[in-house]
Order: sequence, then C-alpha cells, then structure tokens
Amino acid sequence: MKASRRFPALLLAAGLIGGGVALAVDDPAEMLPNPAQEKRAEAIGAHLRCLVCQNESIEDSSAPLARDLRKVVREQVSAGKSDQQIMDWMTERYGEFIRLAPQFSWSTALLWLMPALALVAGLVIAWRATKRRTVVTPAPLTDDERARLDALSGRE
Amino acid sequence: MNATRRGILTAVPIIGAGVLGVGFWRMLSDMRSGAFDPRAIKNPNVGKPIPSFAMPGLPGLGDGFTDAELRAQHRPVLVNFFASWCIPCVAEMPGLRAISRNMPIWGIAYEDKPENAAGFVQRDGSPYARVASDRHGRVAIDWGVTGVPESFLVAPGGRIIWHGSAALDPQIYEAEIRPRLAGL
Repeated sequence: MKASRRFPALLLAAGLIGGGVALAVDDPAEMLPNPAQEKRAEAIGAHLRCLVCQNESIEDSSAPLARDLRKVVREQVSAGKSDQQIMDWMTERYGEFIRLAPQFSWSTALLWLMPALALVAGLVIAWRATKRRTVVTPAPLTDDERARLDALSGRE
Repeated sequence: MNATRRGILTAVPIIGAGVLGVGFWRMLSDMRSGAFDPRAIKNPNVGKPIPSFAMPGLPGLGDGFTDAELRAQHRPVLVNFFASWCIPCVAEMPGLRAISRNMPIWGIAYEDKPENAAGFVQRDGSPYARVASDRHGRVAIDWGVTGVPESFLVAPGGRIIWHGSAALDPQIYEAEIRPRLAGL
C-alpha cells in the first residue's frame, strides 16, 4: 500500500529531474560518438534559437529545422571548427536573431543595461522618498495665532 | 504638493496610457493588414549574392539547377521554396501561376519526397519554369530559409534583392515585387 502510494510521487520526481536535463536529441543516433565533442555541440546548440518555435534552443526543439541545424553543428564540431566559427556560420545565414542571447552592441545596449538602470532609478526614487519624509518642525506659533487657536477650540 | 506637481502626476499616466494605446492599436491594425508580422525573421541574405548549390530535379520535371545557372539569367527570377506537405504552399499555387505569367519562377522542393513534390507541382499545372529538389533542406539553410513557403527575388547576376515569407499572391507581387523589377 505504502509502496504503491509512493510510486506516483517517485515518477513525478523522476519526471521533474529528467525534464530539467532532457535534451531534444530525438534520436540517439544524432549524438556524436565522442562525449566531449557531443557536450560541446550541445553547449553551442543551447545558444542557438530554433527559428520555428522562436523561444526554444535547437537542442530543446523537435522541429525539423532544429534537427537539421543540430546536425550542422555536430558536423562542424567533428570537423574541428571553433565555437566562434560555428556561431558566425549561423549568423551569416540567419542573422543575429539566431543567437538566444544577443551580443552587446549599440542596438542592444539598452536591453543589457536595463537591470542596472532600473536598480539605479529605484535607488534614486527610494532616496528621494526617504529624504522628503524627514519631519520639518514648524515654527512656534505667534501670540496672534495662539489667540486664534484658543478662540477656535473654544478655550477662553 | 503644488499645482504643477499635481498636474504632472495626473498627466504622465494619462499620456503614457494614450501613447501605449496608440502603439498597440497601430501594431494590431498592421498585423491585420499584414504589414507587421511579430514572428517575421529578417533574412540577412537580402542584398547579398546567392549561395552556391547544385540540386537534382524532380522526376519528369527536368534536371534541377545550380547557382551558376541562376546567376547566368538575364532576367530577374523569383525563387520559391515549397513542399507538398505545406498547406500555405497549396494555397499559394494559384497566386504563383498568376505571377508566372509576368516573370519566371524557379521552384525548390524543401524536405520533400521527390515523387510527392513532382505530383504536387503537376496537379493543377506547374507555375515553375524550373524545379529542383532540396531533399534534406541543406540548400535552404544556406539561403536562411526557416520554413515554407519562402520566396526570394534574384536579380540578374545572382544578387538577392527581396525576401518574403508569406504565401505569394498577385497583391504581394504588385506591392512588393513589381516595384523592385523597375529598378533593374
């Protein structure tokens, strides 16, 4: 009883752990025989956008184009091309959009610097807000004002 | 809090919401008219020479073609990537037949069994002056193709001057392709 109840939980845990590391290689035959080269190919593929699904890497996607591009990456890794050469080959054909993380340039500067800018803006706003909150002690009442206040509050 | 400050604090959110509203309205109306496609990918090969390739033909439809033959043309050629398994390609066929009365269209069957592609092309009359088979999609990658249908306008000499990733029809031909032919 206990064991059977634990089984779905185990399955779920296995699914979660497995899901985290699952790579899309649909067919083990796609993988390179050399584990070091396969690891490098997976790392490069993880930075390349699947242009069909657009928010997945080619390693995570099972689209036919992603499969073809995985194959290209593996061919070039086996041929001894550097990571830079493979990325250049890809951007030459598909543009900067194929990089999941855009390179830092004038057109992407705002994108990359936004977290820092937001933090600075937040600190400035917070600093100004605390400064404004400091209590300003009002000037003591004059005799006239005190007399008016007494009259208004009904004190004789 | 003085009046100017209160005025600014009232105006900023109203103007901000107004600007966003106008922006979204323009985006949505451009999406409806087809002028804006959020999934469109800018093909970096426009303005560049065609990549090199040599592809076989489809059964019963001639010999295929190479980049050298395409480069050697004296007229602009519309290169169209298609597949028999692609529904927008089926929808595009009547449009392509209409366009083929104005200019030559060279078809490239993308990741398609040659016999299926040949049957599809011949079913209602082929719009293509020449057809080749990119059986494993490797030539398409060199052109920066992300799916089918996609079309490229190739100037004499082999420079790509326009790229479109929508199913073609005579309206797109008149709006996007014909004006570019005038400048050649």
